[in-house]
Amino acid sequence: MDLRFTDAEIAFRQEVRDFIAKELPAETRARMVAGRSPTKAQVVEWQQKLNSRGWAAPEWPKEAGGPGWTLAQRYIFREELQQAPAPSPLGFNINMCGPVIIEFGTEEQKKKFLPRMLNLDDWWCQGFSEPGAGSDLAGLKTRAVKEGDHWVVNGQKTWTTLAQHADWIFLLVRTDPAAKKQEGISFLLCDMKTPGITVRPIITIEGGHEVNEVFFDDVKVPLENLVGQENRGWDCAKFLLGNERFGQARVGASRERIRRLKLIAQESMDGGEPLMNDPDFRRKVTEIEVELKALEMTVMRVIATETKRKDKKPDPATSVLKIKGTEIQQMCSELLMKAAGPYAWVDGDPDEEEGSNDVDVAPDWAFGLAGVYFNWRKQSIYGGSNEIQRNIMAKAFLGL
Amino acid sequence: MDFDLTEEQRLLQDSVARLLGDKYGFEQRKAYMKTPDGWSREIWAQYAELGLLGLPFAEDEGGFGGGPVETLLVAEQLGRAITLEPWLSTVVIGGGFLRNGASAALRSKLVPQVAAGELLLAFAQAERQSRYDLFDVQTTAKKDGDGWVITGRKGYVVHGDSADTLIVTARTAGGARDRKGVGVFLVDAKGPGVQRRGYRTVDGQRAAEVEFSGARATAVLGNPEDGLPLVDQVVDETIAALAGEAVGAMQVAHDMTIDYMKTRQQFGRPIASFQALQHRAADMLVALEQARSMSYYAAISAEERNPAERRKAMAAVKVQIGRSQRFVGQQSIQLHGGIAMTIEYACGHYFKRLTVNDAMFGDADHYVRFLADTGGLVAA
Repeated sequence: MDLRFTDAEIAFRQEVRDFIAKELPAETRARMVAGRSPTKAQVVEWQQKLNSRGWAAPEWPKEAGGPGWTLAQRYIFREELQQAPAPSPLGFNINMCGPVIIEFGTEEQKKKFLPRMLNLDDWWCQGFSEPGAGSDLAGLKTRAVKEGDHWVVNGQKTWTTLAQHADWIFLLVRTDPAAKKQEGISFLLCDMKTPGITVRPIITIEGGHEVNEVFFDDVKVPLENLVGQENRGWDCAKFLLGNERFGQARVGASRERIRRLKLIAQESMDGGEPLMNDPDFRRKVTEIEVELKALEMTVMRVIATETKRKDKKPDPATSVLKIKGTEIQQMCSELLMKAAGPYAWVDGDPDEEEGSNDVDVAPDWAFGLAGVYFNWRKQSIYGGSNEIQRNIMAKAFLGL
Repeated sequence: MDFDLTEEQRLLQDSVARLLGDKYGFEQRKAYMKTPDGWSREIWAQYAELGLLGLPFAEDEGGFGGGPVETLLVAEQLGRAITLEPWLSTVVIGGGFLRNGASAALRSKLVPQVAAGELLLAFAQAERQSRYDLFDVQTTAKKDGDGWVITGRKGYVVHGDSADTLIVTARTAGGARDRKGVGVFLVDAKGPGVQRRGYRTVDGQRAAEVEFSGARATAVLGNPEDGLPLVDQVVDETIAALAGEAVGAMQVAHDMTIDYMKTRQQFGRPIASFQALQHRAADMLVALEQARSMSYYAAISAEERNPAERRKAMAAVKVQIGRSQRFVGQQSIQLHGGIAMTIEYACGHYFKRLTVNDAMFGDADHYVRFLADTGGLVAA
């Protein structure tokens, strides 16, 4: 048992840190420090910088255009991005659709899509959830019928994150309504410019436009845009969701938030002195720091076992990552809002290019923190709600 | 980064598991508890044979040459059987003081005795007013010729009733809560000026109330004017072992609960089929795995050279392990229902040990306060 990073890994961390310090635009960083999502232009600019360094897809194998890193390197890289904070490689491209194409796609699909994914020439979005298929994803109803050299797609997707930016969408569609739920589903790739697609914004409680409804009305998708086999799309979906879980711990991001929290608690006054002097407040922060340290060690365990595992079965510790990772992030966002006090409540829109409230009344460090708190309630819902995670644990690891 | 055990570590783990599997069933444990010592001398001799009593000592001093990982592994196994023997007191705490505070001459005399199972040690530290503050010491040590004489009263001396030698913290200088002026002394437990009253604790272990009235120290460990850094170091090593013990006990309480849920029938089906209970069990697993992760962090941090960083790391260990063991302990009782409330059933005994384990050398709340007041883990 040796739980330290090797010298080579420590040197790698420094290399990543130096790269970020040199290349990350100050405005992008400032926006993220304030708790706001980077703009589309900022995400694209950063992804292209990563791509020109060969770092656009930390998890991809070399032959697909990835850097061929070990699990430890991938972890270090992502942790450094989160801590900076810098935008992560776009998840829809790099961690969702890309890996599915690498695993299940044809040579033509790989050649056509992967390089453009890496460079964010195409922004992808995910067409999975539907109004009637949330946690019960396999209950999806969007239909695709083969007609000539096309699939004709009809139906509705929802919670489609950043569809307003997207050039392409990857879709789960029902291709055999007679088969059992999971067995009649296929995985399609669809150009967002295809006639018949309508994107309608969903504004979330904090006022931001992040998610959308996407309607398909006789949308023609070329037959060659099927990934994997017809009616075997559920295999792709399971594979994709398995990849998603790994990234949900976000230890570096929470560490950055705690650092920010401590700074704000020095600025924010309470009872005539900095809030950080209040023992009750400090203890709340400490409880989170401890949970985060335990989570960090759990991530290390998962990395170490997954590196060696041949059967590809996840470690029981893996389930902890989503539940604890999101709980910790949510607690951070709550304490940040509380630390800022009343100035956290100045309404703004953290996802607009410019805040919708341009009255400059709050201190910089306080603005938008309530919005982030409200927005981050999503974390325990998306990516398989935390209750679904508990179902998975009960079934897979406890045999209940 | 590598969480795999070496071949030797695996052998060690297996041999302890095998011994306890044979000799430490729940009924056997009850029988050991009823003996005058409250634990088994026969098992103790077998620990000696397996090398568990010489575990943390250097090989050229008669030990096994184990480090924090070996200690963690053994502690976890002992926790799985909620064993009663004075391993923590003698080997982890006593051994820690000998390794970190004793002269080479003293070590060469005592280490072989400890390793052979012939010398039992106990740590006389807590006092009525001290609660969890290691520096809050009113017991005094007065210079007398070339030796020291100890006067005062120590409470909750774990395994103090069967110990041969007591390791005593006593004040050589300064006020009652000064960090300087605390020394560490060895005192013959059966010698003049030492009065012991043994008793059983709620977790089935033994402890003693010890009155020192001018008892002569047989040795000084470390610097008698400034022994607190030594005490901190040994307590931190002990916290790492307690973490392992807690993980072992939690694992069994958890497994026992899951097994019971699958067999207990209500409303015509196993209670394991109810989602409210499944989710609670999943939360127990989360708590257990977070604790296990933190026990590894404890093993790494036991070797941290910067004492302030080490203290903070161990405080974090105490907080996480404490939170986890409270939850797993309480919920293992809750999910069993009435059966786990009975003294004949093992689960309650695990719960009691987990409860005491949390409080040893300070509970989670104590360490949250400590960590919050020393800047936490993440630098601003």
